[in-house]
Amino acid sequence: MSDSGAPPRPASQLRDIWHQFRTHKGALFGLITLGVLIAAVLIGPWLWLPEKLSVAEAIKLKNQGPSLRFPLGTDQLGRDMLARMLLAGRVSLAVGLVAMVIAIVFGTFIGILAGYFRRLDGALMRLTDMFLALPLIPLLLVMVMLFRDRVAALIGPELGAFTLIVFAIGITSWMATARIVRGEVLTLKEREYVLAARSIGARPRRIILRHILPNVVSPVMVAATLGVAEAIITESVLSFLGLGFPPDFPTWGRLLFDGLQYMQVYPERVVWPGLAISLTVLSVNYIGDGLRDALDPRIRGR
Amino acid sequence: MLDAIPAPLVQVEDLKMHFPIYSGIFRRHSGDVKAVDGVSFEIMAGQTLGLVGESGCGKSTVGRAILRLYEPTAGRVLIDGEDVARMAPEALRRKRPSMQMVFQDPQASLNPRMTLADIVSEPLDEHTDWTRDRKLERVYELMDQVGLNRRFVNRFPHEFSGGQRQRIGIARALALHPRFIVCDEPIAALDVSIQAQVVNLLEDLQERLGLTYLFISHDLSMVRHLAQRVAVMYLGRIAELSPAKDLYARPLHPYSEALLSAVNEPDPVLAARRKRIILKGEVPSPANPPPGCNFCTRCPKVMDICKTVKPALLEVEAGRMVACHLHTAAGATGASEAEERKRPVNQQGETR
Repeated sequence: MSDSGAPPRPASQLRDIWHQFRTHKGALFGLITLGVLIAAVLIGPWLWLPEKLSVAEAIKLKNQGPSLRFPLGTDQLGRDMLARMLLAGRVSLAVGLVAMVIAIVFGTFIGILAGYFRRLDGALMRLTDMFLALPLIPLLLVMVMLFRDRVAALIGPELGAFTLIVFAIGITSWMATARIVRGEVLTLKEREYVLAARSIGARPRRIILRHILPNVVSPVMVAATLGVAEAIITESVLSFLGLGFPPDFPTWGRLLFDGLQYMQVYPERVVWPGLAISLTVLSVNYIGDGLRDALDPRIRGR
Repeated sequence: MLDAIPAPLVQVEDLKMHFPIYSGIFRRHSGDVKAVDGVSFEIMAGQTLGLVGESGCGKSTVGRAILRLYEPTAGRVLIDGEDVARMAPEALRRKRPSMQMVFQDPQASLNPRMTLADIVSEPLDEHTDWTRDRKLERVYELMDQVGLNRRFVNRFPHEFSGGQRQRIGIARALALHPRFIVCDEPIAALDVSIQAQVVNLLEDLQERLGLTYLFISHDLSMVRHLAQRVAVMYLGRIAELSPAKDLYARPLHPYSEALLSAVNEPDPVLAARRKRIILKGEVPSPANPPPGCNFCTRCPKVMDICKTVKPALLEVEAGRMVACHLHTAAGATGASEAEERKRPVNQQGETR
């Protein structure tokens, strides 16, 4: 920074944030890994076209180990695992990320309302308690049972299942976020800078957007990164119970459960989807970590 | 500063701020913490009223209740003739620019995620529809006024020292051209060397902009330096309200006496000679103050009447108000006047 000349103008913080983000090795690794995963599942199915096998051939080629012909081996019906993994990743990643976004947005919204407006606190927190008390899996099962056909009739079976599952997972996993955010807001709103904003005459909306929301970022990030993993797993549970996507429709969770019964004999059937889920979760975690640091000007430094 | 008798800009009448206590499993309203219990004073335009007292006596609560950061339980707060304590929210919002606050802890009163420019221009965002350039111009102007280098405009609060942070807080308070500023212990969190700078800055600004201050502090020597009049608070009530030089020369209330005897004396010869009045006992709980004078449990000059009757704040000498039976009953100004004054005191006692 030079000593003379015109005083600097307020600069955008985006560059500083990116600069700090880059210094976080784990975050960079996470971003690259997640980028590669997303790119692979998006364009992979166009590049890797499994050969068409007749039923007899497929039966003969079932449960193969990795080879040049089948890089990740084949499953119990002789289907190419790589192709299935790539297709499955599309759904799993989409479910994980979208469900997480729904849960975080909803949870943060409820948490801020409950924490900031004392009047709403009781009602909203009882609602949260109610959702927490509901047994999750039965609730999801009932929801899927009741609405699957109707939604499927409306927008098609696959998109219908996707929408329903994402929505179901989203609205059953926002409670932890809401509780964390509410607690954080309760302490933040007593801070002097919030008092200062009130003494300026700032409206609640401004105070929330400017002073409270940026300061609850850290716990929200943590909740979000954990949420991705949970959503992917929950989706696989649903699929396993036969209420998620149609059985022939691959997702990582489904491949994992399919491979489970053959784990003793063909461990790689479990390893591939497990690895994919773990990599996703890990990289999202690291990205969240790096983002949290990058968004905090005290850590960002100069 | 003004030639004519200055009109009071701020009038506080019988301000009460009670915080309810809820207890038991049904959260029944079982009492109140009487943080501020009937405080009245006036501040002339362009002057400074010092508000002193020990920790927990309700000084800060008075400041916050005046700006209606708390909803006062009772009383009137007239700022420029308008009752802030009863204003509708939208009217209050429009009134806010004329009354601002400088906070105690400069670290806590600045949002760590906002840059200096954002912090100082926040009031402008709220109350003006200026363009970005115009706001920035005003931010630079304010930074010059409080002595911050324009180069710092993109920095975050953690990159500043305590004194600089307090300057940011002052710049923010000045942004909308206020007439009245509550300084809530603005120097308590600062190093001694920085305290003087900030106090001088506040004085400078008062002179240049004609500001009116309520200066809350427990630093008696700073208050002496800054304030024309000083109110001494004890347990939610004003014990004495006097012109600064009279108070420091000859405190009337026993509590003021004790408080002033605690001021450090830089001259070691004088320091060896000074008599310290050391108060015994604890401050009573503001949830359950004594029925008589709040100070009667610790007063070295306590009388029987003190334990049953609350003394009212009365003018015992020209410009000097004291709430103490010593000065209303005996009276330094003559027996007949004292007799007259006794009556309202008793009425007070009966109604309570």
